Parts: sequence; C-alpha cells; structure tokens
Amino acid sequence: MSTNSILEIDKLSYAYEDKQVLEDIDFSIQSGSFVGLVGPNGSGKTTLIKLILGLLPHKRGTIRLFDTPIEKFKDWNRIGFVSQKANSFNTGFPATVYEVVSMGLTAKVGYFRFFTKQHMQKIKHAVDIVGMTEYLHKNVGDLSGGQQQRVFIARALVSEPDFLILDEPTVGVDAENVQRFYEMLADLNKNKGITLLLVTHDTGTMTSYATNIACLNKRIHFHGDPHSFEHMSDQDLSEMYGHNVHLVKHEH
Amino acid sequence: MISSFLQYEFLQNAFFTALLIGFIAPLLGTFVVVRRLSLIADALSHVTLSGIAFGLMLDKKLGGFALTPFYTGMGFSVLGSIFIEQLRRVYKAYQELAIPIILSGGVGLSVIFISLADGFNTDLFNYLFGSVTAVSRQDLWTILVVALVVTSLVFLFYKELFMLSFDEEHAVVSGIHAKRIHFLFIILTALVIAASIRIVGVLLVSALMTLPVAASIRLARGFKQTIAFSILFGEASVLIGLVAGYFFEIPPGGTIVVTAILILIITLGFKKLQQRSHFKKVMS
Repeated sequence: MSTNSILEIDKLSYAYEDKQVLEDIDFSIQSGSFVGLVGPNGSGKTTLIKLILGLLPHKRGTIRLFDTPIEKFKDWNRIGFVSQKANSFNTGFPATVYEVVSMGLTAKVGYFRFFTKQHMQKIKHAVDIVGMTEYLHKNVGDLSGGQQQRVFIARALVSEPDFLILDEPTVGVDAENVQRFYEMLADLNKNKGITLLLVTHDTGTMTSYATNIACLNKRIHFHGDPHSFEHMSDQDLSEMYGHNVHLVKHEH
Repeated sequence: MISSFLQYEFLQNAFFTALLIGFIAPLLGTFVVVRRLSLIADALSHVTLSGIAFGLMLDKKLGGFALTPFYTGMGFSVLGSIFIEQLRRVYKAYQELAIPIILSGGVGLSVIFISLADGFNTDLFNYLFGSVTAVSRQDLWTILVVALVVTSLVFLFYKELFMLSFDEEHAVVSGIHAKRIHFLFIILTALVIAASIRIVGVLLVSALMTLPVAASIRLARGFKQTIAFSILFGEASVLIGLVAGYFFEIPPGGTIVVTAILILIITLGFKKLQQRSHFKKVMS
C-alpha cells in the first residue's frame, strides 16, 4: 500500500469562461475516511468532482491522487464513481442488474478480452453487497429509485476501488431508504476499508455517518469532524450559504 | 418454390443475402435504437442513395465502369457517417441538426446524379424498394464479408459498445476510448445500411434496423436478450417478406416492412394481454 493520502488538492482554482467557480481550494482526504462534502447549489461541488475525476482539465493549482499528480495518474480502476445522473438514466434501456454491474469491470478487463467465471463471481458478489441479489436478472428500469441507486453503487464497487466518490446519490431516494443507504455506505467504509467522498446538499443525515465534513462554496469554508461542524454557528453557515440557514441537528 | 429455388441462382442469392441482413441489421439496430439514433439510419440510407445514383451516373457516362453502384453507395454511406460525426461535434447543443443536413444533402445529390444519369430506370427502382432478382453472386459475397466483419467486431467490442450505449459519461470516466468506439459503431452502421439496401431498398432500410428492436424491447429482459429477440424478429420479417414478395411480384422491401410491423403489433397485443392477466391475478 502507498501512503495514507488518497487525494490532495493544493491551491486549485477553476473558472468557466469569466465565472469563477472554485477559488484557492486546499483539500485532502486520508485513507479510510468518510468525507461529506456539502455546499449549496452552484457552489462548485460537481465542478470539483469533475476536476478530481479528470473530466475537466485544471489550469491552476495541483491535484494528486494516490500520491500521483493527476496528469500522470493512470490507475482509474482504484476510483469508483457514482454520478448524480446515475438515477436519471434512460429507464427504458433494456439492461438487467447483472448487465449494469458488469459495466463496472469493462475497463478493468480491457479491450479484446472477455469476462471470465471469476469476473462473473465478482459481479454477483458486488450485487450481493448492496443486497440486490434477488433482482439480479430484472431490468433496472423496473426497479425503484433507491434500488437503482444500489445497483449503481454495485457497479462502482465491482472493480474493488479504494476510493469511492458519490455525487448526490440520495436524490430521488425516499427518506426511509436514505437512512439504510447511509448505513450501507458506513459499512463499506468500516468493514471494507473503502475511502468515501460523498457530495450532498443534505447536511442532516450525513453528519451521523461521516468522519469528516467539508463545506464548499467557491472556497472550502470548513473542514473538520462532524462534531465541530454541528457546533458551527448559524452565522458561519449563513456566511457560507449566503443567506440565513439553520443546521438541522440529527439525533442519534 | 423449392424447385425454383434450386433452379435459379438469383433466388439463392436473394435468400442467403436476406438471411445475412436479417441478422446484422437488427444486431446493429439494437445499439442504434437504445442510443436514440434511429434517425441516423434514415440519414445514412439517403446518403447511400446518392452514392448509388453516383454509381449509376458513372456507369452511364463511362460505361462498364469497374465500381458498381452497390460499392459507390457503400463508400458514400461510410463517408456520410464520418461527416455526421463531425457535424455532431460542431453542433454540440443541436446534435440532431446533423440528421436533416445529411438527409437533405443526400437527397439533393441523388436528384442531381439521377438527372445526369438520364433519369429513372428499373435499376434505380430496385435500389429504392429492394429486389428479389437484382442480387448478383458477387453482391452476395460482398454482403457476406460485410456481415462477417460487422458480427466479429460487435462480438469483440460488445462490452465497450454496450457500456457506451448505456452511460457515455461513465464509460469516459472508466477510461474507455468513447470517441473511437463510437466511431467504430457509426462506421459499422453505415456498412450494414449499405449492405441491406439490395434487399429492402433505400427507403425502408432503417425500418429493418428499428422495427424488430421495437418489438423485442417490449418483451426481452436485459440487453443480450433484446439483441437475440431482435434478430429472431428480423429474420422472420426478412424471410416471410421475401417469399411473399416473390409470389406476389412485389418489391420485397414493402413485404418485409409490413411483416415487421405485423410482428410488432402482435408483440404489443401479447404484452397487453399479459399485463391484463397479471392485473387480474393481483386483483383476485
């Protein structure tokens, strides 16, 4: 194993044409942590994720993944990604749960190679982890929003990533299942040792599961443990969100 | 039927060609439909027509020219597919704009070439609506090569093509060369369209790529099954249509497409009955 740093961002800035979206971001993630990245709409969360995934070229600052500058980083298999769009896919698409999860291995298996029995086992195992085995051969379009999100997590897990990034994964999942969903993530973090970065605008439920919280609004306004986050003054929060907000404390 | 089949080479040519395109058109068609690119098939078939018209014109002007209209059509189809991709890249926000540009361009060129070739003749009519008699042995060999190339490339790149169809962003994040795979896909589509034209004709080729898939998608579970059912329906349409076309002396393009539509209607009806009985079971 390499050192403990999964992600290190230094003095990162980003602008779309003349609109500054991210400014002077310093941010790091240590191995084994479960980081919640919160921020209001338009705070640059998705842009930051795109930069980390190399979907956007960055011009100012540095990004290091697993101690390698992103420009040289090749080990994309070590990073799993569940996008915000995952649950707005074409629900008429005829693909079974098994087929969707198998896509998580496509790049790892590589060109001109086919899935082996071992790969098939891995696919079934990933589906099992998210508790969807009984739906293995059902079309994903026929499942509920929460179930679909689980399938997309399984797709990200099947390549056995060390670092899993989730962008607003609970959008479209009903409240009751959100809780179960976070429990599953916390379990992956604790028992499988997967480092998690969860992007969300919902500060409530997440604080009871995450080990670190970072607040983003163009800049990183806060980075620390959930306990001190909950004790952030309303004034600090308002400054960050740019209007009056009150943190909803989550009892647990 | 069987004795004339054994007796006439043109019937054998038509039969085997039909079997081949009944396989490759729905195979590629499944990817085309799920990617919501059905109209691209239409645009490409019209570009193929301009290629065919170009071939007919060369034949007329130069006489005994080495390239038959079938090959010029195939060449134009492939060039057209590359051009569509360029246009889709230029008009990122209006990707569908590429289709009317290419389609009208294809028809415009066709009209010019056809006029230069001194207007309509039976040859052109065969290309428009398909023909049982027009397939030569050499055409059959060419279509066989196209079918082998297309099938083996789809087999080889199946998992990448599938991934790209389902979720392009995810494919890119995972490190799949989305642009190259897409390029391969569009070229294969162009080849399949050009190959299918001999039997179903320019105007109906996109139907053979989409109708069997439309029926299959209602019944199948998963993507592989969708492909399998599409091919099954495609073969059924092509064979029934070809035999009907031969007996009634109608261009097979028409009978093939009408068969495919009948299959689609039966499928939809079957699905409706199934849902109704399921509903009854739930209610009782």
